[in-house]
Amino acid sequence: MKPLRQPSVLPGFGLTFGFTTLFLSGIVLLPLAALVLMTASMPWSEFLHVITTPRAIGSYRLSFGASLLAASINAVFGFIIAWTLVRYEFPGRKIIDALIDMPFALPTAVSGIALTTVFASNGWIGRYLEPLGIKVAYTWIGVTVALTLIGMPFVVRSVQPALQEVQRDLEDAAETLGAGRFYVFRRIILPTVLPALLTGFTLAFARAVGEYGSVIFISGNIPMRTEITPLLIVIRLEEFDYRGAAALGFVMLVISFAMLLTINLLQAWGRRRLVATGH
Amino acid sequence: MASRPYAMLDEMATRPGRDTVVAAVVRWTFITLSMLFLAALLFAPLATVIAMALAKGLAAYFATFLDPDTRAAIRLTLITALVVVPINTVFGFAAGWSIAKFEFKGKSFLITLIDLPLAVSPVISGMIYVLLFGLQGWFGRYLLDHDISIIFALPGIILATMFVTFPYVARELIPLMQQLGNDEEEAAITLGAGGWITFFRVTLPKVRWGLLYGIILCNARAMGEFGAVSVVSGHIRGLTNTMPLHIEILYNEYNFVSAFAVASLLMLLAVATLVVKTFVERTGYRRR
Repeated sequence: MKPLRQPSVLPGFGLTFGFTTLFLSGIVLLPLAALVLMTASMPWSEFLHVITTPRAIGSYRLSFGASLLAASINAVFGFIIAWTLVRYEFPGRKIIDALIDMPFALPTAVSGIALTTVFASNGWIGRYLEPLGIKVAYTWIGVTVALTLIGMPFVVRSVQPALQEVQRDLEDAAETLGAGRFYVFRRIILPTVLPALLTGFTLAFARAVGEYGSVIFISGNIPMRTEITPLLIVIRLEEFDYRGAAALGFVMLVISFAMLLTINLLQAWGRRRLVATGH
Repeated sequence: MASRPYAMLDEMATRPGRDTVVAAVVRWTFITLSMLFLAALLFAPLATVIAMALAKGLAAYFATFLDPDTRAAIRLTLITALVVVPINTVFGFAAGWSIAKFEFKGKSFLITLIDLPLAVSPVISGMIYVLLFGLQGWFGRYLLDHDISIIFALPGIILATMFVTFPYVARELIPLMQQLGNDEEEAAITLGAGGWITFFRVTLPKVRWGLLYGIILCNARAMGEFGAVSVVSGHIRGLTNTMPLHIEILYNEYNFVSAFAVASLLMLLAVATLVVKTFVERTGYRRR
């Protein structure tokens, strides 16, 4: 039988492993277990009722619909931005490359109020969209805009290294052999980048579903229409309806874990493909 | 038959020319689309923060920071980061040392658990502590009887922030320490150095850039966290309002100059974070 731990000359395993597991349990695992246990202690019928109220269903529809749309927009524009940064040289490229991480570093409350101001009917962009009949702030479109900004770096940062991996000589060879631009894209570039693109898409989607700070300013928070699920959880907590909040949180937690699993599977698939193509 | 090689030559001569035009069109389309997208979603909001903060002049901008509630919010944010970042850094080293230096069962499962907070909605990150320590939570009765407040007080804010920023240092240090290997540490130990000496003299210098990277990301996230802190803070002005929560209150009171003035500080922090990050990457340290 394999020993639990292989011998090493280095000291400190007991101390560091002990601290790691203790701290992890105290800060992360026990509190999360409290959420699961509180939900488990609810009668099944009550749980079902709480998570299927029309208001809850409406919030799922907005949260998942807008997140899916935002992640799809990011899949397209994230690819275009990554391509531009990897393949083209232009003034300011390095600065723009560094700014891609801005949505990671910028507190969500700041991006929330800034986006709302820009897309409000008197804002820099909103004032040109309003005459066209497009209202962004305080509608589902605004929610999608905020979630797109939040998810953008995930796609760009996933796709960028994959695009650098694409073998340029393979493209050149294909073109010499008479392949058109689109054919080269479809048969050489896309297959290499696809796992990374899907990983970025899923990461952006997962982040968007749970996002709170940047959305609540621009969404207007009208029940059934522009109320996201995380906000509904906050409202339940403020009503001291802990069980209702826990049940909704449990639903979101299950979905988050499912997506975490998907991301891991996608990344494993991407690594296998790289090995298979001989990188 | 004799004309075929010439035809091929002709085609080869024209192809690059034709391609250059198409390539230029594709190139400019891609660059334009990228810039338009980033301008609308990123550059315009960033510029708005500055424009709105300075809308009534520099005097109004600086007056914001004389307000006692704003100062209290800044102080609370600094205290929170000062507590949370060092603790999470110590945790990052403990996790890095045990995972990178030793082989044991269940290692990859442990790494997944450490990354867990990244997958959880910030609202849930705050809520789990309310379920434990809130008035109707598991320990609520006990805490009330013993006059200990966690929720709607500093300990709750620190706990929620700690949860959210928990993986940031660890996930930089673990892969970096794994990649750098144990040869130097083993040499040091064999030559008679103690564990702590080995850590401070060998390991710490080896991982310094990754450490700095992890700490600045952890700090940026700790100072800017909104959702999780919002749930546990109770929004008591001057007492439990961190900077992001203070921004929300000012904004909802239509005090836009002050809201964006405080926001501009956090934006400055984000810019500084990106500058340090770019600098660290230039030293050759690359994030995986």
